[in-house]
Amino acid sequence: MADVEEPEKKRRKIEELTEKMAVDGEHMGSGDWDGRWNHVKKFLERPGPFTHPDFEPSTESLGFLLETCKILVIGAGGLGCELLKNLALSGLRHIHVIDMDTIDISNLNRQFLFRPKDVGRPKADVAADFVNNRIPGCQVVPHFKKIQDFDESFYRQFHIIVCGLDSVIARRWMNGMLISLLSYEDGVLDPSSIIPLIDGGTEGFKGNARVILPGMTACIDCTLELYPPQINFPMCTIASMPRLPEHCIEYVRMLQWPKDTPFGDGVCLDGDNPEHIQWVFQRAQERAANYNITGVTYRLTQGVVKRIIPAVASTNAVIAAACSTEVFKIASSAYIPLNNYLVFNDVDGLYTYTFEAERKENCSACSQVPQDLQFPPSAKLQEVLKYLTENASLQMKSPAITATLEGKNKTLYLQTIASIEERTRPNLCKTLKELGLSDGQELAVADVTTPQTVLFKLKLTS
Amino acid sequence: MAATKASKEQKYDRQLRLWGDHGQEALENAHVCLINASASGTEILKNLVLPGIGAFTIVDGHKVSGEDVGNNFFLSNNSIGRNRAQAATELLQELNSDVSGNFVEESPDKLLDNDPEFFHRFSLVIGVQLPEGTCLRLGSVLWNANVPFLVCRTYGLTGYMRLVVKEHTVVESHPDNALEDLRLDQPFAELKSHIQSYDLEGMEKKDHIHTPWIIIVAKYLEKWFSDHNFQLPKNYKEKEAFRQLIRQGILTKENGTPEDEENFEEAIKNVNTALNPTKISSIVEDIFNEEQCNDITAQTPAFWVLARAVREFVQNEGGGNLPLRGSIPDMIADSEKFINLQNVYREKAMQDASVVSKHVESLLQSVGKTSESISEQDIKLFCKNAAFLRVVRCRSLAEEYGAETVNKDEITSSMDGADGEMVLYLMLRSVDRFYQQHSRYPGVYDYQVEEDISRLKLCVHSLLQEYGLNVNVKDDYIHEFCRYGAAEPHTVASFVGGSAAQEVIKIITRQFVPFNNTFIYNAMSQTSATFQL
Repeated sequence: MADVEEPEKKRRKIEELTEKMAVDGEHMGSGDWDGRWNHVKKFLERPGPFTHPDFEPSTESLGFLLETCKILVIGAGGLGCELLKNLALSGLRHIHVIDMDTIDISNLNRQFLFRPKDVGRPKADVAADFVNNRIPGCQVVPHFKKIQDFDESFYRQFHIIVCGLDSVIARRWMNGMLISLLSYEDGVLDPSSIIPLIDGGTEGFKGNARVILPGMTACIDCTLELYPPQINFPMCTIASMPRLPEHCIEYVRMLQWPKDTPFGDGVCLDGDNPEHIQWVFQRAQERAANYNITGVTYRLTQGVVKRIIPAVASTNAVIAAACSTEVFKIASSAYIPLNNYLVFNDVDGLYTYTFEAERKENCSACSQVPQDLQFPPSAKLQEVLKYLTENASLQMKSPAITATLEGKNKTLYLQTIASIEERTRPNLCKTLKELGLSDGQELAVADVTTPQTVLFKLKLTS
Repeated sequence: MAATKASKEQKYDRQLRLWGDHGQEALENAHVCLINASASGTEILKNLVLPGIGAFTIVDGHKVSGEDVGNNFFLSNNSIGRNRAQAATELLQELNSDVSGNFVEESPDKLLDNDPEFFHRFSLVIGVQLPEGTCLRLGSVLWNANVPFLVCRTYGLTGYMRLVVKEHTVVESHPDNALEDLRLDQPFAELKSHIQSYDLEGMEKKDHIHTPWIIIVAKYLEKWFSDHNFQLPKNYKEKEAFRQLIRQGILTKENGTPEDEENFEEAIKNVNTALNPTKISSIVEDIFNEEQCNDITAQTPAFWVLARAVREFVQNEGGGNLPLRGSIPDMIADSEKFINLQNVYREKAMQDASVVSKHVESLLQSVGKTSESISEQDIKLFCKNAAFLRVVRCRSLAEEYGAETVNKDEITSSMDGADGEMVLYLMLRSVDRFYQQHSRYPGVYDYQVEEDISRLKLCVHSLLQEYGLNVNVKDDYIHEFCRYGAAEPHTVASFVGGSAAQEVIKIITRQFVPFNNTFIYNAMSQTSATFQL
């Protein structure tokens, strides 16, 4: 636990220094030097023709950024490292960063807060240390945790949240969390309960940045169709009709490995273990040779097993920069923020496209409109599950369904806990009528894609 | 040594999947020069050092100021007063030990006065936050020396990039949505006979449902041709009829309902694109008609020798077509049928490439060079990418700035919207004028902002008048650019840093296509535009 204490100690020390060095008039924080914030001040202290209607130039604004504004950065990877740097150099000092990963050598081509000696250490910790050392006065607080390890009380303390995630599920969870923080009085949204969410994503030479005002503008789930589900190869192709080197690799990963258990019983294939990849590579080559398929390489093998997405420093820099500019605009009220989606692609020249993503009227996350489930009473529970996972607007991963029957809360099916899965599995083959569900019944569905259960209204069709 | 190579493969893995080992090699053999280690400059370099550029040299005569440290991740406050090139080199070097970092404590103007050939050694020069005079001087030297020049600046919420390169050829442009090269409208002999080996009507069910859609379309096209005077289905109606024809070929079950034949569904879906006539794009035709393609000499770069060789192929053995690309998309089929079909395409592609190779050889011989000067690998790569060749030519800065050669049309037509990015370009040109007149930028100090508005307005008007530009620049922009006070906010500098670095990588690796030639980023609206000035 020593690693966790160190940043705490440093932070408290910096706070003491700050108090001692406060000077009237000028905002000299810990170790501030002459001219330090000149570039930033011009946007805070001068009026202009394009500023936000609410903007008031003031010498106090810098103080708000430096002392009060609290930002949460989610992810300390390709986007996260850039975001921390950008925010720190824009006058923001109170920054928390969450990342559940440790540093891998393949991160080093773009995650510039890490060095070869840091491989294996938690990203959040190393990133925070680096920024705090390089930018005097900056107080990044790291959390080597999953976003799901925190609850509303944690998230509520931030003025703005910026995401640099590599998972749609995590984005949706964060999205759902901020929506759950919204408070409505007599059906009217209380603006002070809104925490803006800036979200960035990159893949190779493509990227996007968006501004989400939960409850007001399009949320992640409103535009779920922009994230089409990953297509996997059909099983019959993998099992008996391979044509591409990728098919051969998937065969070894999905069928041969569980059968041969080459590194022991119950030892799962670890994409980060070179020995595992080597084993898969060799056997994939053998299979490919049997079918006269060329092209199986070590690099391809690793790419398929780990579902690797190519990445470079430049795209991450661009998208994080756009996101950080939006954070600054919102934190300072200096300009009207992006409304609300930016797409970037620099394969052929540089291309950007900016548009307003629209809210979905019946969005399952933010519309407060109860979701309908329409099924005949003879439909099996399995079909309901299939709908929840395959419907383009829902795209749930492993939904758990509960219903109130005879005054008691009954779990109809839950996949993620083995013992409960086994117990409720027979329900999948039962019809909705057999399960005792009636028309108008409320079903509560929990899933990794949302921190709150989603309520559905069951409509039994004839 | 082996350990370093392996760890480099691991470190660069994510980018090797984009530009390959040969792209990485080109990057590691490059040496770029950055002029001015302001935030925009160091951000650009950061994005070149991380992926492993061979070497960089920073040229900067400035001393580090408190303001510099405030927006720059690669300057620390204990370097205040030291030379900026040196200070930045230390912290940039620290990012990647594979890279060699150098610095020259000198202003570019001095170097241009005393030793302009200093710049000839670089793969590319990046000029950041350069005053107009220096920029034009440097532009002229680099243009004559054929060294690519990338001008970048961050000015308030505006990002700007200008690429200056005489001619940049690209073989591997990696287009996002390339059409396949299937030749279904004019199957080559080997493909024809392969198609003939299939008997759709006579084959067993298990073969029927695993026949590649390419074969299916080809077979039905033969039927269509005999009924339609050898004309391809052209419009929607005919394509729809053709799709129906294929649908009729789906086997039926005993009860009369159609079998589940995914391969036939694939065939139907692909009718739209698979029947497009094979033809050479206008971009590639233009390349074939270029002067360099016509006049092959001993100095002709490999790209043009190869282009000429392919042109010879097209006009002779190719019968009007490029060498076959040789790849086919994945499709529902059993392994054997797919691999056999794939091999038909692959072998024909190899054949075409070796014919092109003969043309290359005779062209090289005709100018007294050996066939070793262009490798087989390069010939194969060229043939595979023949449909995607690109050439980028940028006008010089002298042409952009010259009163006689300014691109009035581009500027005037882009000012139509009046709130687009072109007005930002005109403002940048105007603040440069202001700098020339007053030796400072407008609005740097608070008290100057108001007074400088009218001064800057004069600069705008003199600019428009000098170039005869009949456009209106709104007062709001003049006010805004005084407000900026030549600030270089870090987030905008970082956007420029990412954008510029990738353009540099494109030039060095000769992969993907660089912009031509002026890119403006508006951080206020998060929009951008590219102009050819």
